[in-house]
Amino acid sequence: MDTHHEQQFLILNEPMILAAMISIVVGGLSIFIGLTYFKKWGYLWREWITTVDHKKIGVMYILVALIMLFRGGVDALLMRGQTAMPENGLLDAQHYNEIFTTHGVIMILFMAMPFIIGLMNVVTPLQIGARDVAFPRLNSVSFWLFAAGAGLFNISFIIGGSPDAGWSAYFPLASLEFSPTVGNNYYALSLQIAGLGTLMTGINFVVTILKMRAPGMTLMKMPMFTWSVLITNVIIVFAFPVLTVALALMTMDRQFGTKFFAMQDGGMDMLWANLFWVWGHPEVYIVILPAFGIYSEIISTFARKNLYGYKSMVISMVAISLLSFVVWAHHFYTMGHGVMVNSVFSITTMLIAVPTGVKIFNWLLTLHKGKISFTTPMLYSLAFIPIFTIGGVTGVMLAMASADYQYHNTMFLVAHFHYVLIPGTVFAVIAGFHFWFPKVFGFRLNEKLGKLGFWFITISFNVAFFPLFILGLNGMTRRMYTYSESTGYGPLNMLSFIGAVGLGIGFIILVYNLYWSIRYSPRDESGDPWDARSLEWATHSPVPVYNFAKVPKINELDAFWFAKKNNESLNDEPYEKIHMPSNSGMPFLMSGAFFAAGFCAVFSWWIPAIVFTLLIFVFMGLRSFEQDHGYYISVEEVERTERELGGDKE
Amino acid sequence: MMKQLFPKQHVMGFIFSLALSVVALAVITFDMSYKMGMGILLVTALAQASVQLLLFMHIGESEDRRTLYTNIGYALFVGVVTILGTLFTMIWGYQIR
Repeated sequence: MDTHHEQQFLILNEPMILAAMISIVVGGLSIFIGLTYFKKWGYLWREWITTVDHKKIGVMYILVALIMLFRGGVDALLMRGQTAMPENGLLDAQHYNEIFTTHGVIMILFMAMPFIIGLMNVVTPLQIGARDVAFPRLNSVSFWLFAAGAGLFNISFIIGGSPDAGWSAYFPLASLEFSPTVGNNYYALSLQIAGLGTLMTGINFVVTILKMRAPGMTLMKMPMFTWSVLITNVIIVFAFPVLTVALALMTMDRQFGTKFFAMQDGGMDMLWANLFWVWGHPEVYIVILPAFGIYSEIISTFARKNLYGYKSMVISMVAISLLSFVVWAHHFYTMGHGVMVNSVFSITTMLIAVPTGVKIFNWLLTLHKGKISFTTPMLYSLAFIPIFTIGGVTGVMLAMASADYQYHNTMFLVAHFHYVLIPGTVFAVIAGFHFWFPKVFGFRLNEKLGKLGFWFITISFNVAFFPLFILGLNGMTRRMYTYSESTGYGPLNMLSFIGAVGLGIGFIILVYNLYWSIRYSPRDESGDPWDARSLEWATHSPVPVYNFAKVPKINELDAFWFAKKNNESLNDEPYEKIHMPSNSGMPFLMSGAFFAAGFCAVFSWWIPAIVFTLLIFVFMGLRSFEQDHGYYISVEEVERTERELGGDKE
Repeated sequence: MMKQLFPKQHVMGFIFSLALSVVALAVITFDMSYKMGMGILLVTALAQASVQLLLFMHIGESEDRRTLYTNIGYALFVGVVTILGTLFTMIWGYQIR
């Protein structure tokens, strides 16, 4: 065992981690000094930390997601750097294990999820003509619990050591016996805390969409993104409890000596893999369905046509949501099932390709004879269709259980799920980011830089991941930290590394675009810079705190589009006073208690962990007895705000 | 008048749920086979859940009962799939012992 396997509190003997630690301390200090010097603490507390405004919460989600994209991306670059050459010594085996584990967890749970949930937060209430979500305070709790979970997971690599058993943390490897450091305690507790937040988001958005739609907007007149959000949140509500239970059992096994996933005494190690994927496969659809919604909005906006096959889109999403719960065993075909189990799961898996195919054809037919304008979000959407199809077709290859014995856990699988998740989710959230950015901030991101970033990201993505298909078929397994020259894996891995660097450059262009546009981009006065179709474009940009001065009335799909064409108004009635929820610091403080309790529990410091847990209940008790009826915005103030923003919009 | 004021449904529901509990209790007081006992428990549990939902929680009387029924249906689907599916993959269809 080499030196840094051993349990230690601060990880000080690894130069790369030490450097990261120093930069975190320096960065944290400079933020602290900056905030104090510019006297921004009050602003931060009043406008952001205590906010219950769905738009600001969405922005915070996306900000964290971008930071996590950076963190996960650096991990990816290190992995590709390590494997770029045979017998490379950049990382040792243990460090490599920690990095691929962190990369997976961060990219799925702390990048894709918050990016999706962030866009959901910003857009959904606007698309249905609501003033906020159904439970604004709960929404703030969701965000801060997610932030606490993300924070807890991210400090693991400097305090105590990162989890190293893969993002799926299979037992028996993840058991105390084989992973003795606190790494997997971090995994269980941080995902538990963030998962609670996600579950609350799920409930919140199901209720919001079912109960708070504008008058006249029946379910079948909802924009497609809102439909995808509804279905996603239904999946969240039903899938996340399984993760909660599985993680609780993991914590029991690792910290209280139970034997649920043990190999002896009546335990079953495979049960973890089973429960993990009962949640994990629906999770894949949780991050991909909203992406389908985003593409539907963007494609119909920039093809200047209504979405082709609206009904079949809805039906196929409902079908996917049901099918997503009956395919999980395809993640472990090779781990001991009989022919019957593998055949059943092969068939259900291939069935999912049917509704997905329906959606692909609907997008193509929406494009057919459309007046297409090639904006940045549209470019991402167009690139998504062919690249995602490659991911889908290789998915059907993997779905065949007998063939999977060849592909299982090879780089072919790694290439497949990156071909699904990157164009599926990452392209979608970047496209959505460009598309809805002017709604939130009142100016567009620069198109030239946006397109440059697009070409860098799309080409580099293929350079980085296509070689992995071939490497996988040649027999290179995933998660191997090095290989000998005689395997012949070297050149293609080097090519993949070059692609990874290109993706890094693409990300830098994206961030530079943000900076450039904040400084120089012309302000958008119209509130509808893309000439789009759904309700979020019917109000001002940036959106006033109450969203709509008058709640719009809807009689058809794309009502805003037709109102624009016919020069009609969505609501002719006079202004009324508006009831809004008031801000609260309690969610932030409560998730601070969650973070502290989680941190103490990681190290099995039970007394402080219990004290902080009691503190959580104190906050809940305080909330129960709190008298808070929100506040009203008067008619005069609404009129004044609307005048300042450039007049009546509806 | 008295007929309208008397909460017939609730009293009926209360008696039903007591009766169902007594029947379920019979499984441990009387000596019977495992299969028989589980059968009785399954049936009484389903009946009990319906009594609670229909008579006490008035699920059928609310305006959005369709949403509620869909929700319960979805939950049942996921629950049954998770439990039976786990038995299927991990016990009935598992080859390595």
